[in-house]
Amino acid sequence: MPFRLWARNVGPGFVVLRSMAAAVSSKGQEVSRAVSVSEDRSFSEVAREQLPWLYSLARRVAGQRAEDVVQSCLLKAHQGFDSLRDQQAAPAWFRQILINCARDLHRKELRRVDETPLDETPDYTLYRRIADEDPLPYSESVHLDFLHSFTEDDVWNVLDRLQPKYRIPLVLVHMEGLAVKEVARMLAVPENTVLSWLHRGRKQFQEEMWDYAEERELLREQEGVRR
Amino acid sequence: MIDCSDAVQRLWDYVEKDLDGQEQASMEEHLELCRRCCGEVEFAEEVRDLMKVASKPHIPDEVSERLSEYLDDLEGSAS
Repeated sequence: MPFRLWARNVGPGFVVLRSMAAAVSSKGQEVSRAVSVSEDRSFSEVAREQLPWLYSLARRVAGQRAEDVVQSCLLKAHQGFDSLRDQQAAPAWFRQILINCARDLHRKELRRVDETPLDETPDYTLYRRIADEDPLPYSESVHLDFLHSFTEDDVWNVLDRLQPKYRIPLVLVHMEGLAVKEVARMLAVPENTVLSWLHRGRKQFQEEMWDYAEERELLREQEGVRR
Repeated sequence: MIDCSDAVQRLWDYVEKDLDGQEQASMEEHLELCRRCCGEVEFAEEVRDLMKVASKPHIPDEVSERLSEYLDDLEGSAS
């Protein structure tokens, strides 16, 4: 496939990424995905090395569709692999392609206008809810105990409950360590839009944590351990 | 002087060190006097850390096998 046509399919961000000298996020944090130093490795070798974190990222941004999104990402990456001049940039390159695939998957939802006012419950925080409802009356560190009841899978399940437009920026900023500006570029939306989605996303994430803990009886398990 | 409601609105920007100098100073002034908002800040930091912990690379064996086969197919189709 001609490069120009392929670049259009892969989407915005690719042209920037292919010229990156190193896989470093715009907050200066080094992307923690090791890439073997020897160049000219095959696509399969490079891709296999990226699979664990690529799937982990897909699981967080696309939920149960993670495997489909990784497959789409691998297909597009395979088609354009010759254009990846610096294999050290492979993690950031794969990440952009994967986010483009997730964005395609959720395109309708990302375009939908927010229907609920931003500050419907401006003072709601999970911290206050835990303090007010005191779900672990015998605990002296109820807030920490609440958080410690969540496993990695639980966090992923809570993320699944968020709308994609809130989930994706939350994952990219708070889990991947990217700057808002970088996320805005990756999602092709204004920075203010990312900030608004992040604000709602953090709130929704904490609301869903509470509901999830109640539904899964995580707090009862914690209490059971204490008795 | 900001109140608790303002502090809660700025909570995450404070944790992420995204406030400008004056906002940062007024937030810190409030935190010196408000134990509950100090708790809010510590809790937000813990929530952020929880999210980071849940971002480790991880792939179930069966998914890894399927995706490896998919990679083999891609390589096979290209050769």
